[in-house]
Amino acid sequence: MPEPLFPVANLCGYLEASAERFPDRVAVVDPDGSSVTYRELNDGADRIAGFLAARGVQPGDRVGLVQPKSVSGVCAIFGILKARAAYVPVDSTAPAARIRSILENCQVRAVFASARCAEIAARIETVVVTGAPAGPASENLPQGAVAWPKVLEHSPLAADPASRRAGDLAYILYTSGSTGVPKGVTLSHTNALSFVEWCSSVFHPNQHDRFSSHAPFHFDLSILDIYLSIKHGSTLYLISEELGKNPAGMAAFIAANRLTVWYSTPSILSLLAEFGDLERFDFSSLRLVLFAGEVFPVKHLRSITRQWPRPEYFNLYGPTETNVCTFARIPLPVPDDRTKPYPIGWACSHCTPLVLDEDQKSVAAGDEGLLYIAGPSVFMGYWARPEETAAAFLERDGRRWYNTGDVVRQDPSDGFIYVGRRDRMVKRRGYRIELGDIESALYRHQQIREAAVVAIPDADAGVKILAYVTAPEDARPSIVELKIYCGQALPAYMSPDAFIFQDNLPKTSTNKTDYQSLVKKSSTKL
Amino acid sequence: MNDQIKEEIRQYILTEFLPGEKPSNLRDDTALRTSGIIDSVGLLRMIDYIEERYKIQVEAHEAGVENFDRIEDIAAFIQRKSATGA
Repeated sequence: MPEPLFPVANLCGYLEASAERFPDRVAVVDPDGSSVTYRELNDGADRIAGFLAARGVQPGDRVGLVQPKSVSGVCAIFGILKARAAYVPVDSTAPAARIRSILENCQVRAVFASARCAEIAARIETVVVTGAPAGPASENLPQGAVAWPKVLEHSPLAADPASRRAGDLAYILYTSGSTGVPKGVTLSHTNALSFVEWCSSVFHPNQHDRFSSHAPFHFDLSILDIYLSIKHGSTLYLISEELGKNPAGMAAFIAANRLTVWYSTPSILSLLAEFGDLERFDFSSLRLVLFAGEVFPVKHLRSITRQWPRPEYFNLYGPTETNVCTFARIPLPVPDDRTKPYPIGWACSHCTPLVLDEDQKSVAAGDEGLLYIAGPSVFMGYWARPEETAAAFLERDGRRWYNTGDVVRQDPSDGFIYVGRRDRMVKRRGYRIELGDIESALYRHQQIREAAVVAIPDADAGVKILAYVTAPEDARPSIVELKIYCGQALPAYMSPDAFIFQDNLPKTSTNKTDYQSLVKKSSTKL
Repeated sequence: MNDQIKEEIRQYILTEFLPGEKPSNLRDDTALRTSGIIDSVGLLRMIDYIEERYKIQVEAHEAGVENFDRIEDIAAFIQRKSATGA
């Protein structure tokens, strides 16, 4: 395959071109209301690159980003990329052990962290503390850490566009791995550029657009938010984690800032539809609503499209490994009697789809099969996991095909229909969940003898997670206890919705847990 | 009055978030939000229920753990709000 041609050498080129064309337009608005122009953002990024280079960060090195979303975070991202390093965004609210394991797994050379997270990252060579630490400034910095304002005093790194390679690693996004250890999906500039260029051709943004940034930077939805907005000289509105969970507050925010493009998981749009009191505001600026990350329960999609009838709606589908690879425009209105989820639609122009059966043979038109994707947006591999990387790909006709693990069926008029998965991964609120991870956590509970976790579709929540457990009669923990235990042992999105005690778990003839019968039993229960 | 509210809230939480649990295991002082029994989405649903059931308006600044972490606090909050006729 020849390298695709892009209008810029790498992702930094988007910012530099916009800083040329629109130096005084507002590039990014912070959750605290402050903002930076394109010139300021580009200048800041040059200085960060200069600082990192002076600290010995080399092309190809990884730099962590562990902080709540902020203008400084966006600036750091471009600074890291200008230093030809790769950024590794990590959920700053995750347990310390998880943050540490990710930073250690990809051996970051430097990290940009909030004051709280700087302690966790203290062993790393270069720690930059962003945001104001509590109390008198520098005294509270961990030893050896550098305060953000100091970094911005550094002299800028002169850009050397000739040295830029689109094939360089740009960022690593960690997702839930089947063994309970997060795995790093490595993505190059080419991967992101090919996706962003496709977005431009379909969504036609311009410098007057105002983009939402709802997803955290460790979610791949942020790639569209940041780079599409910066590429077109638009303004990016960062939504804090706290506001992002408050539907009435978000509704007021969208209206007050006259956002034109909204992108989030369906869960968030469902929340807005149900609890946003949307009739209070004027949303006439909103022209585009994009959603991705999970199946959108039709009931809530109908509700949001009725309350916001004006924008165009798109269902974007794709795992982190490919970013968005198929898309479907939702024809409005959503009929009253529709309950069937909308299709994931047609392959994006930069992606080539292939549907194969378990033996990697083509399926007849309209039959179910596993979706494979090839093209320039397909990831480089899993960080330091050559075996899993090899297992994720099929080599055929001189191309690398990524096996999404998603079962689809192709309809002549609707395109791809998502059917489900044959493994035990589900998505909830846009997060990937391996049901086996929940079981492992339950097995660590002292009184639990056996655990089997199943997920069943739910018209309201998209999916419900049920845990079947066995425990000695005289030492059964209460359900309250199990809930609290899971609250500590697992991220909130992984906590089961219900616990059901059994004397024994049903078994198949080969003495494995009979998940099929548990799923059947669960479906009749709810 | 307060006891009746507590029982109603307990019943609601058991049905919505702890199906199958014995009522006696959910005490008046069991932590709900800070323990992970009720997440942020669950809280929104519960507030919706409370607003409708008790004809009160819960403001955003009132929805924190000081009022919504324990059944006894929730009941006291509802009683206060009802008394002021808000």
